[in-house]
Amino acid sequence: MTINDFLLMRHEIMLVLIALILLIVDLNLKPTQKPWIIPVAMVLFIIHIIVGFLPAPEGTLFGGMFRSTPLINMMKNVLNIGVFIIMLQSYTWIMKPENREKMSEYFVLMFSTLAGMYFMISSGDFLMFYLGLETATIPMAALAAYTHHQTKSAEAGVKLILSSALSSGILLFGLSLIYGSTGSIYFTDVAASFGAAPMQVLAFLFFFSGMAFKISLVPFHLWTADVYEGSPVNVTSYFSVISKGAASFILILILYKVFFQLIEVWQNVLYIISVLTMVVGNLFALRQKNMKRFLAFSSIAQAGFILLGMMAGSQMGMTSVIYFVLVYIFSNLGAFGVVSAIEAVTGKVEMSDYNGLYRTNPRLSLLMMLAMFSLAGIPPVAGFFGKFFLFTSAASAGYYWLVFIAVLNATVSLYYYLMVVKAMFINKSDEPIAFFRSDNMTRAGLLLSAVGIVVIGFWSQVYEMINNLSVGLF
Amino acid sequence: MTGTIPLQYFLIISTLMFFSGIFGFLTRKNLITMLMSIELILNSVNINFVAFNRYLYPDNLHGHFFTLIVIAVAAAEAAVAIAIIINIYRNFRSIEVDKVDEMKF
Repeated sequence: MTINDFLLMRHEIMLVLIALILLIVDLNLKPTQKPWIIPVAMVLFIIHIIVGFLPAPEGTLFGGMFRSTPLINMMKNVLNIGVFIIMLQSYTWIMKPENREKMSEYFVLMFSTLAGMYFMISSGDFLMFYLGLETATIPMAALAAYTHHQTKSAEAGVKLILSSALSSGILLFGLSLIYGSTGSIYFTDVAASFGAAPMQVLAFLFFFSGMAFKISLVPFHLWTADVYEGSPVNVTSYFSVISKGAASFILILILYKVFFQLIEVWQNVLYIISVLTMVVGNLFALRQKNMKRFLAFSSIAQAGFILLGMMAGSQMGMTSVIYFVLVYIFSNLGAFGVVSAIEAVTGKVEMSDYNGLYRTNPRLSLLMMLAMFSLAGIPPVAGFFGKFFLFTSAASAGYYWLVFIAVLNATVSLYYYLMVVKAMFINKSDEPIAFFRSDNMTRAGLLLSAVGIVVIGFWSQVYEMINNLSVGLF
Repeated sequence: MTGTIPLQYFLIISTLMFFSGIFGFLTRKNLITMLMSIELILNSVNINFVAFNRYLYPDNLHGHFFTLIVIAVAAAEAAVAIAIIINIYRNFRSIEVDKVDEMKF
């Protein structure tokens, strides 16, 4: 193993280094100088993003436990961009006086979870996968309970850590059965000897339930709304975008690479789960009054759509999933960015508070409208193309009824997304949210997500690049 | 190399432990006992790994390594969970699940 081999895991090494540097810098800062941690974190993370985009070698490390391919590298780059936008958008909130003392912890915890997710995506065996998963979830609970003096945040933290610990337990039981039936934990060996014996199907179901917890698919979604509502908004957007994106990436990689001999089984499982997820997510989103809970249920429904692409089991399926996650990052961050900008200044998160927002804050309203259109999938913006490719790949695999159900659900979702637009543009309010200017960092974050929502859909090179790297079943 | 106890006995024990853990997690009202139920689940996984390794694949040590790592991770998880539970106690003056219900539906 030479120095060059370590370049394969540059994303992870960089993130761990950044986290350590931030801890050391924080030690040397006086209480009045604490805000310096933000530019340091930003600059280091920008370097990290640029390094991530440099051409990457392909290969495996540690006897196959860790692997890196251009596809995996691109998944990490997609997530990097999302994290950067979240960092920009959290500026106002993190600068509040009550967060001053623990400013660096926010970044350190965020980078540790991100490193965990990258190890998880790059894993070549179930041990590394499990370690990455836990490295991603444990600091995430600390992030959820970040504003620890607020009862809601504390409640979100405990709900997240207990339900994710339970789900990892279930997942681990599945892994132990996989080990028992194949004698190996390496993806390649397991894939070679994994059939459809009853015990293996059972193992797969345990494994899938654990993963479904992480992506918040429907019978396992109950923690989502509470954790999303209780956590600080920027942490919520991190959960709903980055954590969900990373879990979808690794789930599709494992389904395609390890469990491809079980395709009949997992296609049926995904069919049922995706219908349930879309229907329940949409129906519950209809009755939400709180913006964060509303976006939580909308993100559950979006996860149901992601399953459509996974189910196809083809190269196009994988492309459409990655492309959809990319689009979803921009659209959801647009929506969360507006919610967080408004909450950081005024503290308001109810949908009725948004009445008449267009008169006072036209630009925020326009971005929110774009984001809602993109999430709903209305043609000119990127969300339409994301959904379109997902539906196409599911239809090309022959799931016409499922696509029909999905289209019906997309129509239902249009109703509640437009409710927000209606509140901002049509509803009158006696005391709308007064005009305010966000700081430059937040505005840059909002602008980036707006550009992403508009441009990604028309820029077909993005789709082609993803398509060239994606793989189908073996 | 195998003793007089067949593999099935270990699997029966571990499955019982797993489902009593799940049952405990769903029925107990105290956050600490819920955490203990999760430990039960993780230990059942450990028994599975070690038993499979010893009985079926004695040539490699994957199962043992996995067990060691699961133990370490479980400790980290318990540390964070207990810290958060202490924080819950400070906020709610209770660690009963019924009291921690500010957010619903």
